[in-house]
Amino acid sequence: MILAHRSLEAGSLQLEIKLVDALIQSKPKARQRLLLEAGIVAAIALLLLFVIPPILVGSGQGFRVNLLGRYLALAIAALGIDLIWGFTGILSLGHGVFFALGGYSLAMFLLLQLPDGQLPDFFSPYGVTELPWLWQPFYSLPFTLFAIVFIPTIVAAILGYLVFRNRIRGVYFSILTQAALIVFFNFFNGQQKLINGTNGLKTDTATIFGQTVSSPPIQAFLYTLTILLLVGGYALSRWLTSGRSGRLLVAVRDDEARMRFSGYDPTMFKVLVFAISAGLAGIAGALYTVQSGIITPQAMNIAFSIEMVIWVAVGGRATIVGAILGTLIVNFAKSILSEQYAQIWYFFQGGLFLIVVTVLPGGILGWLREDGVRLVRSQINKRRPLQTYPSLEEDPDVQYERKNLTNRESDR
Amino acid sequence: MLSGLLDGIFSGISLGSVLLLAALGLAIVFGLMGVINMAHGELMMLGAYTTYMVQNALKGTPLFGIYIFIALIAAFIVTAIFGLVLERGVIRYLYGRPLETLLATWGVSLILQQLVRSVSWQLVTIVALFCLLFFGAMWIVARRTDFERARGWFLTIMIPLSAAAAIATGNVLGTLYKPAFTKLWFDARNVDVTAPKWLRGGFPIAGTQFSYARIFIIVLTIACVVGVYWFLNNTSWGLRIRSVTQNRTMSACLGIPTKKVDALTFALGSGLAGLAGCAVSLLGSVGPNTGQNYIVDTFMVVVVGGVGKLAGSIIAALAIGTANYLIGSNTLVDLTAPIKPLSDTFAFFSTISMAKVLVFALIIAFLQFRPGGLFPQKGRTVDA
Repeated sequence: MILAHRSLEAGSLQLEIKLVDALIQSKPKARQRLLLEAGIVAAIALLLLFVIPPILVGSGQGFRVNLLGRYLALAIAALGIDLIWGFTGILSLGHGVFFALGGYSLAMFLLLQLPDGQLPDFFSPYGVTELPWLWQPFYSLPFTLFAIVFIPTIVAAILGYLVFRNRIRGVYFSILTQAALIVFFNFFNGQQKLINGTNGLKTDTATIFGQTVSSPPIQAFLYTLTILLLVGGYALSRWLTSGRSGRLLVAVRDDEARMRFSGYDPTMFKVLVFAISAGLAGIAGALYTVQSGIITPQAMNIAFSIEMVIWVAVGGRATIVGAILGTLIVNFAKSILSEQYAQIWYFFQGGLFLIVVTVLPGGILGWLREDGVRLVRSQINKRRPLQTYPSLEEDPDVQYERKNLTNRESDR
Repeated sequence: MLSGLLDGIFSGISLGSVLLLAALGLAIVFGLMGVINMAHGELMMLGAYTTYMVQNALKGTPLFGIYIFIALIAAFIVTAIFGLVLERGVIRYLYGRPLETLLATWGVSLILQQLVRSVSWQLVTIVALFCLLFFGAMWIVARRTDFERARGWFLTIMIPLSAAAAIATGNVLGTLYKPAFTKLWFDARNVDVTAPKWLRGGFPIAGTQFSYARIFIIVLTIACVVGVYWFLNNTSWGLRIRSVTQNRTMSACLGIPTKKVDALTFALGSGLAGLAGCAVSLLGSVGPNTGQNYIVDTFMVVVVGGVGKLAGSIIAALAIGTANYLIGSNTLVDLTAPIKPLSDTFAFFSTISMAKVLVFALIIAFLQFRPGGLFPQKGRTVDA
């Protein structure tokens, strides 16, 4: 108990030090850093837009541009996962639902780009002669754009409110989201007459602006749009996780009871961040669908939603860049490995889950920031940075105690 | 109509008993350690495959008539050992981090699925050789006093070295004894377990066929529940498990070896999953994905039942099983036929997949009233 208390104190101490840090940083300096960050982001975006595609096409790997576009779309979903899991500590295993809702919304709009009175092809085998009411609103582009973001958001808000309100959390929440995933999967699979069931909706032959969706100009446009939205998602995530709101999110993760006792209502924050991350997943789903050419209920299988978490875990929890980086690394590893040896990929993926959780809990970026920096510093014989005081951090007895006596299972 | 209802209740109970059998191990482990084992379904799958192997081994011998009992024991032992290895190797490093445990066990489940697809003598040799080399070297080096300091170096050298040696040997042996050595044991196809003669068929009552296999599963479930109940309440280890479930810190202070209790409980839970797998194999063919079909329903049983008492799991499993079957079949549609709107609603949900939708909605509604499940664990912590 005493030890638990001490570790809690150490945590709050760190928080206070960070607060002091924030105060010390004078305003102009903060603005300078912000500008620098914006510059780096813009440079990377330009690189992705104008440099990488020609290189890939030039080296005969043209199809990888399309893959890159898809994975960048997935990275938007990963940003959402990072917001709720990395920062807020809520593990959702049901983000496939929101991903699919976004994808289906856009697919329905695209399939309705037909001359008046015609129905999408797949309806005829089922003997459907009249457009179902569910499809009616998707004639309009503004509604579709609204639906892509807000249908997932609203679904998540309702589900989140019903669950968080009762203080259901941790593993229980994860299981419930997974059950919701299965429920939506079953629902979409079963409704042949409404949304073509298992076969899903094919978008690559649909036409928009007089051209098929899979034609190069449209795909180039979608690639650009993906990058722009990814930058937007990055900015949103940065804004949410910096400053007061960011500290509240981390507070929910680290000690929700304490936050409640301080007078905040964690429920609303959790619902809000869950809804925002669902909206991001919806956008990602729409962009992924149009670039891969089809959306099926398979977007809601259990494995895919858990994979999203592993992207973030590989890149680094609670680092926004890590989410994007992890998505790209894992997905390209997947596409390259499973081209060569399909079997190995599953072993590799399973191993990845184990390694990331046990050996590398901070992910790649976490490792670079902690151990990587320490390694370089120890090579050039510099003292490592201290978070508290030299008398605490460099005392071997204190360090031994911290290493061996805290966080034991009996302290829980 | 009566026979329809009877049939519905029987099928519902038999579905519920499979769920209960699968959820029993999960509930005990979750209650004790707060750990959700995503690989539980895959442990069931291993149990089912063990049954298949026992059946093949005993085919044509006089023991074939009772092979199912031998298979039950074998499945229990195999999965319990596997669970023990899993606990010792992975999960014990993750106590207190339930979400990470969930991800890690998901990784294990992926590996197990692929393992069943691609297991052959070659793979077995490679893995065995790797373990022999690596842990053998570790055993030798660990006796040196300065092992902790050299640990990082040891790992970076020994892992690639033993892996390379093991893979090279495996490949050489693979090319030498080509067909037999590299032949896959199961393949990705589903395998079928044929029930012994006395389990096929069933007896009719009031126009309903009661299949023997399902009755066997119900009896097996009852036996398991009674066995677990007896174990938890009448043995000294059971007492220790209950004590650690209630208050881990206090138990540790009183000298209960909590680590041993954890390992034992995990092995027990895994063994129960093996029994469930054995039962599942009687119902249909078994494939690498078999476990996935049961896992979400099993989790729901744990969530609805709460972790305080065994009775919670029993009631929840039977309720979910019966509700799933009654809604999914046409029973309720017929029953409510006089009330048109109600009957129409049930007709909309009367497929197996749509039944799950309604059951999930009911579970969410239920959790609004009892967030901790039927029998929540009582305590005075803030978040209980």
